[in-house]
Amino acid sequence: MNRSHRVRTPAIVAAAAAVAMIAAGCGGSSSSSSSSSGAATASAPGITATQILIGSHQPLIGPAAPGYSEIAPAANAYFQYVNAHGGIYGRKIKYTYLDDGYDPSKTVSDVHQLILQDNVYAIFDGLGTPTHLAAVSFINSSKVPDVFVASGCDCWNDPSKYPDTFGWQLDYIREGKILGAYIKQHFADKKIGYFYQNDEFGQDGVKGLDYEIPHAQVVSRQTYVPTNVNVGPAVAALKASGAQVVVAFAIPAFNALFKLTSLKLGFNPTLVASNVGTDPITLGGLLEAYAKQGGAKVNGNQLTQGIITDGYLPTLGDTGNSWIALFKKIHDTYDAKAPFDGNVLYGEAVGYTFVQAMLKAGKNPTRADLVSALNHGLPQGPAVAPYAYSSSDHAGVTGAYIGVIKGGALVQQGPVYVTDTSPTGAVTAYTGSEQTAPATGMP
Amino acid sequence: MTLARHAGAAIAAAVVIWVLSVSLSSFRDYQIADIAVYVVAIAGLTVLIGLSGQISLGNGAFMAIGAYATALLQMHLDWPLWALFPASAAIAAVAGVAVGAAAARLHGPYLAGATLLLAVALPSFATQFPGVFGGDQGLAVSVTAPAALGAAFPLTRWLAWVNAGTALIVLVLLANLARSRIGRSWQAVRDDETAAALAGLNVARLRILAFIVSAACAGLAGSMLAVYSSQVSPGSFTVTLSIALVTGAVIGGLGSLAGALWGSLVIVLVPTYVTDVATSHGLSSTVAANIPIVAYGVVLIAVMLLFPDGIQGGLRRFFGLNPPAATGPHTRFNSLRRRQPASEHQEEGTT
Amino acid sequence: MREFIQFTLGGISFGMVYAAIALSLVLIWRGTRILNYSQGAMAMLTTYIAFTVIGHTGSYWAGFAAALAAGLLLGAVIERTVIRPVENKPPLNAVVVTIGLLVFLEGLAGIIYGGQYRSFPPAFSITGLRAGSVALGVSRNDVFVAGAVLAAALGLALLFRYTSAGLRLRAAAFNAYAARLLGVRVGRVLTLGWALAGLIGALAGVLVSPATFLYPASMDSIFVLGFTAAVIGGLDSPVGAVVGGLILGVALNYIGGYLGSNLVPVFGLAALIVILMIRPSGLFSVSTSRQV
Repeated sequence: MNRSHRVRTPAIVAAAAAVAMIAAGCGGSSSSSSSSSGAATASAPGITATQILIGSHQPLIGPAAPGYSEIAPAANAYFQYVNAHGGIYGRKIKYTYLDDGYDPSKTVSDVHQLILQDNVYAIFDGLGTPTHLAAVSFINSSKVPDVFVASGCDCWNDPSKYPDTFGWQLDYIREGKILGAYIKQHFADKKIGYFYQNDEFGQDGVKGLDYEIPHAQVVSRQTYVPTNVNVGPAVAALKASGAQVVVAFAIPAFNALFKLTSLKLGFNPTLVASNVGTDPITLGGLLEAYAKQGGAKVNGNQLTQGIITDGYLPTLGDTGNSWIALFKKIHDTYDAKAPFDGNVLYGEAVGYTFVQAMLKAGKNPTRADLVSALNHGLPQGPAVAPYAYSSSDHAGVTGAYIGVIKGGALVQQGPVYVTDTSPTGAVTAYTGSEQTAPATGMP
Repeated sequence: MTLARHAGAAIAAAVVIWVLSVSLSSFRDYQIADIAVYVVAIAGLTVLIGLSGQISLGNGAFMAIGAYATALLQMHLDWPLWALFPASAAIAAVAGVAVGAAAARLHGPYLAGATLLLAVALPSFATQFPGVFGGDQGLAVSVTAPAALGAAFPLTRWLAWVNAGTALIVLVLLANLARSRIGRSWQAVRDDETAAALAGLNVARLRILAFIVSAACAGLAGSMLAVYSSQVSPGSFTVTLSIALVTGAVIGGLGSLAGALWGSLVIVLVPTYVTDVATSHGLSSTVAANIPIVAYGVVLIAVMLLFPDGIQGGLRRFFGLNPPAATGPHTRFNSLRRRQPASEHQEEGTT
Repeated sequence: MREFIQFTLGGISFGMVYAAIALSLVLIWRGTRILNYSQGAMAMLTTYIAFTVIGHTGSYWAGFAAALAAGLLLGAVIERTVIRPVENKPPLNAVVVTIGLLVFLEGLAGIIYGGQYRSFPPAFSITGLRAGSVALGVSRNDVFVAGAVLAAALGLALLFRYTSAGLRLRAAAFNAYAARLLGVRVGRVLTLGWALAGLIGALAGVLVSPATFLYPASMDSIFVLGFTAAVIGGLDSPVGAVVGGLILGVALNYIGGYLGSNLVPVFGLAALIVILMIRPSGLFSVSTSRQV
């Protein structure tokens, strides 16, 4: 069954989403030609009659490890749940992830090991932009599916150059546009300052912001590098410029440092920040010590209160949400040592997406079947906005809602917005609805 | 003839490597290329530390220079491989002149510190000038096996051949250098700088020369790294790399070229093995990934306290290859002994 | 102008921490002629101990005291076990051993505490102080940091000048043989030197960790800059260590402010090279330069 190609207007997006939901409810039909009912066979490298072997590269130690090292175990937790409930067409998922310490040379080495020695079926959720960029050519030339890269770079959306590579999370340009549109609407007369990481993450985010926010409004642009924790000069510069709203594309540690340094300098702007750095549990944890201060006037939660950010997965605070309930249950069973925070939610959600894709690829899929399955689109799953997946678009989630951190949890404000990565593409409210989690927990 | 002996050994090794590369899996070929990179870098470093007595904690920076030189030369001028390797080594050597000249006046911890800071500071250049150096994402390097070998020739085997061949050539050259007049002059400077100067050796020039050689080797190693991993980016050249090189040199045996091989094998193969063992025993992946680090630290300390001559020294003793006059593990390093103050008042500070 | 003042005051805070690390390095260097590359890692470990104690008792000062005590103990233990065998050996051995120690301690902390960033409390409020309505860019905690390091430096100076332990330390550093002949237990004195260095390093750790968060590699960049400060000031000179730390902290803050965060290590390197070119033993060192 062929899906209609996605066209970027809300009505058709909603219709396609509805079709997808129905199709998903029917148990996911396959569009591959090699699917067949009957016995499970070793249809591709990494696939045997009983097992699907996938691999990844993750920063388990080193500067990028805090937080990110929780993602792979969380995805694995979801896979263990699936394995315990029948697996994928009877096969269990075995997930091997190698540490690359955020060193691109090590990533290349790891990927060579996974593909040449371990013969994985696919590379799943490779984490990091410079790291994955180092390996992506080799993965594609080896014709191995490279699904759901854990990075918001829009470089994964290049079907002509990297036909086997697919993004997953909301990319930074889209995120910048969504935040920018919100600022343009709600802070039209305020001075804006930027505080961003001096690499592709921050630079792409700022690109998106600049597509929406009029240049004249931006009074200061300050960068930081993760190796230098002294953000005093940058914050001082922002304060001196008179910025009333600061937009931050920063990792949690640097959002926390921004807040603390602002306190020291007596600077109190409204903070609008990328979701990369605003998981309330992580951020709260970093500021926790300031809540324990006897007699001091600052309090951990106070510092995160009122931060405006975005989200493309249901918020952790929304305990009534079916996805949160499902993922919490799985976390408590299979990954209980980790805190149930944004990284764990990310890991489980992307794991769920992989299972969706595999089910769609067919009972005895080849590597090409997985790629083809994604090229024909994927149902929304836990994400709040649809995926862009098609044969001409390998980007993942296309939108997010704006939220505010209140009382240590993220609270959604308003609708979900969707957009594209072009300078002129509009940011529009998404009129489709979210899917609910399946009762069995399996797609 | 020394050259003939070394060349013969190299040819024998080349045959062995050829056999390995053809009979082992693709991934092992890739690992051969990986190990060869470290052999070249560590060989240069072990000559610097072991023969000329200078400590450098920043050779990772020279590797970065060589690697980026390769990427840029290929990107802008489209040079072929056989030109890229020597050119990158030469560019790194020029940097070595600059650093060596600055370092010639420094000794011991001051030199170590300056080189450490070099290793820390150099990656920032890539992100400071992203237009030239590609910033955090780095630059791509494209490598293909030559057409003469046939379209189906596995790229990994070609990489293994290129890197291993280069490493063997470098080892032959360094072995000859170590046995030559220059090598002996280095050891003289290392053993007693004053006496060497009195004997007419130009101490400063020799020290700078040693730096140049080790920088050239590191630059070449960086070039090999760029080629076989087909990319360069600042994340690969952190201080961890420089420390790993020193670790490899020490574990293998300082001053010994065979030690460069042992050290490389340890650095490349042991951490993954240890992590695998740890994970298969049920330890969490983060803990398992930290265990090689703890092991590194313990091994470094243990080697220095118990086996200062490293693996090569241990092998020598095991096979009875030590010349009868050798009196123990520290003979080689008499020169690096802490100097007694020349005058009694030399070391008193102000408080 | 206000920016300039804020940069200066902000630089002093970090500069004091660099000064503390530099001071501990100088202490070890003068006693044993060894540069302790694991000084930062030792400080990180003692700060983790403080973190654990604070977590259990809820009292910051209990943790503070625990860190200082742990620093004393750790320094002494390390000197006695791992450093003693390499004290009379070539300097390379000590370099390798202390680097091995650095790697070991970081891996150990990673295994015991995990890699995630911990929030470490400051001693006093971090809200900026104001002169009237003008924010000074300095908090009560910053004043405490500066005061604590200065007190430690002063304490060390008094120890060296006016106590018999200090006299013994100086004697052993000056000429170990003669000191031994005069009845000084040189071994014990060296252990004391390392213990004191561990104490000062631990102090630096708890003072800076609120601003860097606590994780196994958190003291790495602090150590590099503290070490740069020590070399700039002269490894023989405690005064040089403090002055070097201050100058470096403030200068790098100007660089970070006016030129950008990325250039800080580059300028650190440039400063080091320039100063070592002019005075190869550091600014305040009084040892004679090497003659050939």
